[in-house]
Amino acid sequence: MKTLNVKNIVKSNAIWFVFLAEVIIFAIASGGTFISANNIINIARQVSYYGIASIGMTFVILIAGIDLSIGSIITIVNVVCAYLMVNAGLNMWLAVAVSLILAMAIGILNGAMIASVGIPALIATFASQTIFEGVAYLISGGRPIAGYDSSFGIFGRWSLGPIPICAIIMIACFAIGSFILNKSFFGRYFYAIGGNEEAAELSGIRVNRIKYLIYALSGFFAGLAGIVLLSRSGSAQSTVGKGLEFDVITCVVLGGVSVNGGVGRMSGVVAGVLIIGSLTNGMILMDISDYTQMVVKGLVLAVAVGIDCMSKKRQIN
Amino acid sequence: MNEDYVLELEHIRKEYPGVVALKDVTLQLRRGEVLGLIGENGAGKSTLIKCCSGAVIPTSGKIRINGKEFDRMTPQLAAENGIAIIYQEFNNVGELSAAENLFLGRPIRKGIMIDRKTMEDEAAKAFDQLKIRINPRELVKNLSVGYQQMIEIAKAIQQNAQVLIMDEPSAPLTTNEVDNMFAVVELLRQKGVSIIYISHRLEEIFRLSDRIEVIRDGEYVDTLITPKATVDELIRMMVGREMTQKYPPRRDCIDHSKVVLELKDVCGNGDKNITMKIHAGEVLGLGGLVGAGRTELAEVIFGSRPKESGTILLNGKEINPRSPREAIDLGIALVPEDRKRHGALLTNSIKNNINMPIYERISKVSIIDSGTEKRTAEKYREEIQIKCPTINQLVKNLSGGNQQKVILGKWLAADSQLIIFDEPTRGIDVGAKYEIYKLINDLVESGRSVLMISSEMEELIGMSDRIIVLAEHEITGELQKEAFNADTVMAYASAVADKKEVPA
Repeated sequence: MKTLNVKNIVKSNAIWFVFLAEVIIFAIASGGTFISANNIINIARQVSYYGIASIGMTFVILIAGIDLSIGSIITIVNVVCAYLMVNAGLNMWLAVAVSLILAMAIGILNGAMIASVGIPALIATFASQTIFEGVAYLISGGRPIAGYDSSFGIFGRWSLGPIPICAIIMIACFAIGSFILNKSFFGRYFYAIGGNEEAAELSGIRVNRIKYLIYALSGFFAGLAGIVLLSRSGSAQSTVGKGLEFDVITCVVLGGVSVNGGVGRMSGVVAGVLIIGSLTNGMILMDISDYTQMVVKGLVLAVAVGIDCMSKKRQIN
Repeated sequence: MNEDYVLELEHIRKEYPGVVALKDVTLQLRRGEVLGLIGENGAGKSTLIKCCSGAVIPTSGKIRINGKEFDRMTPQLAAENGIAIIYQEFNNVGELSAAENLFLGRPIRKGIMIDRKTMEDEAAKAFDQLKIRINPRELVKNLSVGYQQMIEIAKAIQQNAQVLIMDEPSAPLTTNEVDNMFAVVELLRQKGVSIIYISHRLEEIFRLSDRIEVIRDGEYVDTLITPKATVDELIRMMVGREMTQKYPPRRDCIDHSKVVLELKDVCGNGDKNITMKIHAGEVLGLGGLVGAGRTELAEVIFGSRPKESGTILLNGKEINPRSPREAIDLGIALVPEDRKRHGALLTNSIKNNINMPIYERISKVSIIDSGTEKRTAEKYREEIQIKCPTINQLVKNLSGGNQQKVILGKWLAADSQLIIFDEPTRGIDVGAKYEIYKLINDLVESGRSVLMISSEMEELIGMSDRIIVLAEHEITGELQKEAFNADTVMAYASAVADKKEVPA
């Protein structure tokens, strides 16, 4: 019985062992640079924006959905927020609020297409990805928007002591996400819908309303990620969010959230984000080219989903 | 070893981490016989046949086919040695024709082209042999479930199956289709095919089989010669204890002065002009053939399908539930027919399942009161005796009967006053059935009302206080307890067809 327990502990925390192994490998390969305080703070800064976005995506994938629009949401929040501050002269906080509302509105639009119209999530969010990438171009004219107040750096550049504020935002978001999943009835609903949508509806869950909520939340977290990214980069580009949804999906799936829905924990996603973040950082430290990085990340995604599917197969046998 | 046996399973054991699915099961199948295999849900019947098909690898034991010994099967080995299994779910492709399905995976070809003509001729011959009338060109999706099953059987015979294992073959079929299937089984027996027939319906086992093997809790119990066996004996062997009564007694608890639910001319979801009353403490049985519109009526009352016209009164007040949520809050509950698809949340825990309809009630500012959550689950686990190690166990790991109890627990937690059961004991083993009946009794004795849809005539008559019969989406008759009679129910159930013949 005791050996079984050890096995279970290893099994249910496998992802953290993977992370640990990764850290050790990069630490050795980089001659210690990888685990220097500077680099760790760097990683925290780098992962913060997709860490934030991954929380919304976790909810979405938990109900067996997908949100391909978050890259475009990040882009449009960048462009709109910068435009409001620079071209419209709006107060920084007001601009942020408007941008977040816009991000949520896009999420609600996704929810409407998926829940009320019945378009499959893959197609609905792919459509809004295309639409809002285009809208971002139309607003910016394809030119970067820069020149906003330096105090905007609070979201992505400033630090509280040694800790970057964006990392604090991310940690707070993870705490909120974990709280929603474990302590609020919404979390129970998410797991129920992901497990069996029809049975969930017949148990009294208003599935459509929850779908609206989830895609709105996904939009919100993506929007917040966009603000952090804009603050870090110093200018709004209409290409900034392109393809980010795939990094975020990789983190979530790597973190053990099943693409079939109903299974997953927030702590796993934290590990997923750290693994992808340190993988990217480590490969950059070791001068591995962008294209090789793509190959590695693609493989990681396939292996992560592969392990999930194989363990399911084994259960059946 | 005996030459007479086509298939022998010796001391088969299958262990999963933490569970032993089969402890020690031995089975011997003679050439040309029909062997009934019975046992409660979870007794290990499915695991055992999966060992024959190669889907499950036994931990120990021997499989002998025509004297050849194997430690394990693979799907390919099973096919080569003439073992075929007809599962409850078919492996047909709806968009292909009957003939193409018959030769699925090994089409007759002319060079690289598929030889449709020969295939259709061969298929016609194969169907003819089994005396089934299927047009080989018909797309399978246009065929009834019964015919789809026939194609599966024909496919097995076409592939020279000597051993045919049928897992609950009658479950999805209508009465007529069952008769046709029996005829085919009979024909196959005469041709020397050996058949293992698994069914919950003992009367089928008696009608078809030569011998009956009983297994219980993964262990071999006994094999009986069918003509010498009795129902009581078989049930006792399956359950492992004496079953004196099939339906538990219930005290008279109907309050005729209190009408809980009243429907006046309700139309919707296909049903027409439904008018009925259910009293407090009453079990109202809803009889009729499959497709008569009973489930559809339940869906309208439960708010999962819209009502088109008419009035629904609950305790005298008009209601109009537009979603299950609204119906639940009014005190209406539905225990659906398809437990795994619509009833239980299999991947969630017992605790979550029971609390699911009331989470919003036991939350403050969306935060769940975890104490109440736990207490509620524990309360109903005890009250209705859900057998489980902890309330954190996932529902998918429970037996059918216990899953049904979890669903009921959920509705008790939601304080439902009217509980609709759609086929309450479908796929539930004999022992657990009795417990479900007792729970239904408890419900009405505590003043709640039950609307029970059942296609099992015996259950309908045994449990109901009153029976309303539907046919083709309309009420065709109502029977008071004194007048209960299977023939009358059947007559009402097919009444519409008769009415049409008589000019009004």
